Amino acid sequence: MIEYETIERAARQIMANAAIDIPPDYRQGIEDMSKWEKGELSCFVLQTMMDNWKAASADRRPMCADTGLPRYYVKIGNNAQLADGFIGLERALRSATAKATHDIPLRPNRVHPLWRTDHNNNVGINAPEIDWSFEPDADWIDITSVHKGGLFGTDYRMLFPGDGIDGIKRFFLDTLVSFGKRGLACQPAIVGIGLGGSKDITMVLGKQAACLRVVGDRNPDAKIAELELELKRMGNSIGMGAMGFVGNAMVADCHIEVGYTHTGGMPMSVHTFCLSSRRATVRIHADGSCEYRHDPQWFTPYMRRETVEWPTAEHSEKQSV
Amino acid sequence: MADSRAQRKTVRLTLPVRDRDLDGLEIGTVVYLDGVIYTGREGVYKKVLEEGADLPEGLCELSNVNFHCSPAAAVEDDGSYTVGGVTATASFRFSKWMRAWLECSGARIIIGKGGMSIEDYRDILVPAGAIYLTTVGYGTGALLGRGIKAVRKVHWLEELGNAQAMWIFEVENFGPFIVESDLDGNSLFQQQGQLINANLEKLYEGLKAPALSRYGETDDRKDELI
Repeated sequence: MIEYETIERAARQIMANAAIDIPPDYRQGIEDMSKWEKGELSCFVLQTMMDNWKAASADRRPMCADTGLPRYYVKIGNNAQLADGFIGLERALRSATAKATHDIPLRPNRVHPLWRTDHNNNVGINAPEIDWSFEPDADWIDITSVHKGGLFGTDYRMLFPGDGIDGIKRFFLDTLVSFGKRGLACQPAIVGIGLGGSKDITMVLGKQAACLRVVGDRNPDAKIAELELELKRMGNSIGMGAMGFVGNAMVADCHIEVGYTHTGGMPMSVHTFCLSSRRATVRIHADGSCEYRHDPQWFTPYMRRETVEWPTAEHSEKQSV
Repeated sequence: MADSRAQRKTVRLTLPVRDRDLDGLEIGTVVYLDGVIYTGREGVYKKVLEEGADLPEGLCELSNVNFHCSPAAAVEDDGSYTVGGVTATASFRFSKWMRAWLECSGARIIIGKGGMSIEDYRDILVPAGAIYLTTVGYGTGALLGRGIKAVRKVHWLEELGNAQAMWIFEVENFGPFIVESDLDGNSLFQQQGQLINANLEKLYEGLKAPALSRYGETDDRKDELI
């Protein structure tokens, strides 16, 4: 049985982990880029950012003062038991957000869109967002905290099947060039691309691809994996680096997620997870013990299932008999 | 690439900054600040320039540096402040208030994210004798947070909230920043953008345009969004 207090405590901890410690996969990605970046100003930016991460971890202060839009991704094992149910889980996450905002401290970013009302705690109507997913044969819950900037670097477009890979490449370049100028996208970024689904899911998939997969991870579909690498190379050949200065370090990695879509369409979204890519995950086991990590492990084989059934160990055994 | 931090020309400026300190400061120079700065963005500009509120007493003598920023800071129960990090916000959105703000505040340095348009430098900042410093990255919240030594005062905290209030900070070795626009209105972003634009045509070569166009947007990749 997983208790309310355990969830709230763990959520406060991942809020702090995300805000302060740069994930090691992204740090390595930027370190590698700083070695081959030839643009002198762009390289200065990368090296200063690495100094900033060290200062953040040493001082236990946020690496970026723009909290972005702090939110959660929750994966619930099908056999997990929550003492206060799903409502309790939601309340614990909202409470953890308010407490972490004061204690770390984080900038209270969340305001009413019209009246600009600020509760000074990053909690409000529909905030923080909570995305849900499920996992078969598990009794744990995974909670991931993501703080991603909220103003620039994201775009959506309805493409059509006839636009093909060319259309995808053009829109990818359009987004990076336009938001890369002056560094509005805070690049080099992990670029997430959503392809397909209904329009809202196109956006959700792209956002999750950017924020919930680590640098170096590849889509299990070999052809999509190839396209990820091709787009990464393309992004790094624009001639633009950090802050829109001359250089090449633009894309730390590129991740594509797909959803079955309307037969006449190919909607696409692009999202950039920035130089302060803030994500942290906790797994809360049935006995209340917590394991903290940087890889959200969000896109499981179950998440990407193709049809009514999904691959499991048991399922595979039956098929082989 | 070798450590580029040591290779960049670096200066420290004492605040309030004097006109002669800004003379000859070239774009691309790295700057650190010592003295007093204040934050101010749309909330403050609306308050003062649209609603007619008085500037805090003595502000112009205390500081001539306006940071487009809101800190990651908390107000404690005893009324004290804890400042974690500070990071800039994008400045182009404040263009419409800058002329009046520079006139009434006497600010000589604007710090922010992303710079402003070359026209804004020419028409607004240069006549006011002001330069623009960009933050680096843009997320050097922890390095900048280290440079804040004390909170001198916070104005309009209740009304505007933590993010929009005017925070007055005492700072030491506060940076790094990069000179984006100088007293002649030269712009580092514009200069770098032009170099990058030269490569764009080749980049798009052979990629056919999508079937469905979009209204009201530029097709010229050399354009900027701001």
